[in-house]
Amino acid sequence: MLPEIGQFAMILALLLAATQAFFGIAGAWKGNSRWMSAVYPAVAGQFVMLALAFGCLVWSFVHNDFSVRMVAGHSNTALPIYFRVAATWGNHEGSLLFWVFVLSTWTVAVAALSGSLPRAFCGRVLGVLGILSFGFLLFSLATSNPFARLQPAPADGIDLNPVLQDFGLTIHPPMLYVGYVGCSVAFAFACAAMLEGKLDQTWARWTRPWTTVAWMFLTVGVALGSWWAYYELGWGGWWAWDPVENSILMPWLLCTALIHSLAVTDKRGLFKSWTLLLAIMTFSFCLLATFMVRSGVLVSVHSFASDPARGVFILAFLALVIGGALTLYVWRAPLLRSQAGFDLTSRESFLLFNNILLVIATAVVFGGTLGPFIADSLGLGTLSIGAPYFNPTFLLPMLPLMALVSIGVFSRWKRGGLGDSRRRVLGSLLLAVVIGLALIVGVYGDRSLLGPIGVVLGVWIVIASLVDPLDRLRRGLSLSPAILGMTLAHIGLGVLTVGVTTMETRMLERDVALRPGEQVQLGAYTFTFEGVRDVEGPNYSAKQATVAVAHQGKPLATMLPERRNYWVQQTSLAEAALGVGWRRDLLVTMGEDLGNGAWSLRVQVRPLMRYVWLGAALMAFGGLLSTIDRRYRRRVESTEAQTTSQPQQGQPA
Amino acid sequence: MNRFAWPLVVFALLVVMFGVALKRAPEKQILKSALIGKPAPEFILPNLLQPDQTVSSSAIKGRWTVVNVWGTWCAECRAEHETLLQIRQEGKVLMVGLNYKDEDGAARDWLAQLGNPYDLIVVDHEGRAAIDWGVYGAPETFLIDPSGTIVHKYISAMTPDIWRAQFLPLIDKGAK
Repeated sequence: MLPEIGQFAMILALLLAATQAFFGIAGAWKGNSRWMSAVYPAVAGQFVMLALAFGCLVWSFVHNDFSVRMVAGHSNTALPIYFRVAATWGNHEGSLLFWVFVLSTWTVAVAALSGSLPRAFCGRVLGVLGILSFGFLLFSLATSNPFARLQPAPADGIDLNPVLQDFGLTIHPPMLYVGYVGCSVAFAFACAAMLEGKLDQTWARWTRPWTTVAWMFLTVGVALGSWWAYYELGWGGWWAWDPVENSILMPWLLCTALIHSLAVTDKRGLFKSWTLLLAIMTFSFCLLATFMVRSGVLVSVHSFASDPARGVFILAFLALVIGGALTLYVWRAPLLRSQAGFDLTSRESFLLFNNILLVIATAVVFGGTLGPFIADSLGLGTLSIGAPYFNPTFLLPMLPLMALVSIGVFSRWKRGGLGDSRRRVLGSLLLAVVIGLALIVGVYGDRSLLGPIGVVLGVWIVIASLVDPLDRLRRGLSLSPAILGMTLAHIGLGVLTVGVTTMETRMLERDVALRPGEQVQLGAYTFTFEGVRDVEGPNYSAKQATVAVAHQGKPLATMLPERRNYWVQQTSLAEAALGVGWRRDLLVTMGEDLGNGAWSLRVQVRPLMRYVWLGAALMAFGGLLSTIDRRYRRRVESTEAQTTSQPQQGQPA
Repeated sequence: MNRFAWPLVVFALLVVMFGVALKRAPEKQILKSALIGKPAPEFILPNLLQPDQTVSSSAIKGRWTVVNVWGTWCAECRAEHETLLQIRQEGKVLMVGLNYKDEDGAARDWLAQLGNPYDLIVVDHEGRAAIDWGVYGAPETFLIDPSGTIVHKYISAMTPDIWRAQFLPLIDKGAK
């Protein structure tokens, strides 16, 4: 019964989405305020219906209703309850419903918090969001109904893919989805501005906090995905340039460009058409990522690829939404003129270069991800593109970008030449070189080229970001949340850079075959294999190895990696043991049973691994902090007042 | 041309490319198994319904044969069961079931409850034979011609549409 209620709620939500889209856009177009008022009940009703539908699906998973095909296909009675809840979005159909539910939640937030915006503008924004919701619900109902029944019901389900049975995975997709869907708000704001034919600095100020919050969720999502790959997939990889990871990285890069371009539009009224285009592109890549991961375009996991109707629908939907927005852009963008000019070395220029480099980086990833797929399907032969392509080509735009951040934070709006800050730029660079080289040569004894460059660039970003805020504190000025947030996010980028370069250039790794009692030496660490015993989990049995680790002869830790055998799916999975610390991570992964008590083991020492996650966390926290700044909650003022006031150097960008 | 039109042009090109890729995708799925066009792998496996007997691969030579990989643990297999019963009724092919990583009792109960769409069922507890066949899940369905050559493989639940569109034409063409 409940699955039918859920499905009925989805159909009602579809109708309400259509209502919301029509009255929002047509109401604003006709200037009919009664029509525009009809949007709000539709938004609220849709949220209630989708919450009900999603609740029904979660209930079916929690109560093991195997007459629902999705539950039978992705869950199992032996699965612990929190994984059964997470299984709701661990599949194509359920994740689509979750996507629309999140969209509806964002829409409610926009409707509730945009009371001070002009009504017609609000109507258009909510109308565009309604179109998106309608498209997704139609797709879900027509091709991927999560509530489809299975007759007769099997006694037990197939179980969730063991790789997905993990805490990181229970929160990674929701975070990403909240981020993806959050970018739809910036997209809707852009479409509304184009429909209206008017885009001013206040528009950018309304859009900024929404975009920054979406960016924060994307950052957390990317980091969690990487973290999950790192400790769950077992071989210690944290970034493999696989299509799924790339599909997440592209929207993040574009969204990073967008928040910087929005800053320029907000402060100086420049880059208007560019900001619009970025908002459209960012959301397009979010859509692409959603569909790429779940539709099986890239990984044909059985039933996904077998349904061509899905592929056709997705393509038509993307063509309509993105094509529609880009058509609007062709028509409206030429009308947007910016009067103000700026010098070559002004802050505007630095942010423009930031945008160009981020877009190049996105293009590099896009080419590497979809290039092989397109070449293969056009019959041009099969290509294999991996780290040897991505690492150098991605660094090409990223290294100059790192340097630009450090110089850019000193630059001034409109005027070039850095002014008095020239000495600070050089000073911070000098300090960074000294600290970076001391760190690399003194502590790690490195001789590779990339290591020192990356570490110096990272340290430089941290130092350069700190100069101005410290200066303001010294002069007794207050630090607004916007400045503090920006500083934290930039420091996070620096910390991340130091962590990634050190870890990648200084990592130690060995694959060894050990008998109980034998040991292997890796740098200053000794790993002693003490033996294997059997352990039982809720839905798996496992071999657990005991590995004692000593640092320079002193006992340090006992690590317990496992090789698990999941009963229902008959899948064997290595569960790595991690010893994390501020200086390095230790990893032990179990390979094969070689007989006579011997096992193949992979041991790794990864220096500064934790700083990768720390950097990402700082970036996300910085983003969150900057959105609580008071200036975003100010009532709408006249645009002219903003343009004439000359923003000073050191204001947040 | 209006410089603001470039994004739309690039996007349109991408859509066309994806469209072509999508149209070609079903053809590519056929080519996926490296075994297409090769002789069906040899096997000697126990017979599910007469456990004391074994069945060898010579039993499937000489006529059109469908080898369907299934298990009671597989929900998609249940979804395709009705279609398989219809295919057997049609009588154009010998239906062979490869019971994959399953328990014999559960498999026999399943057939008693839902009906038996197979002329012959072999048991592959360990999945050894499945490795020879390049199976990586269930359900998978192979079509083998009278000379013992694999001519088609379909992954995921069989439907009447797939049977008509991908399997029957091959059988009819071969019969001429």
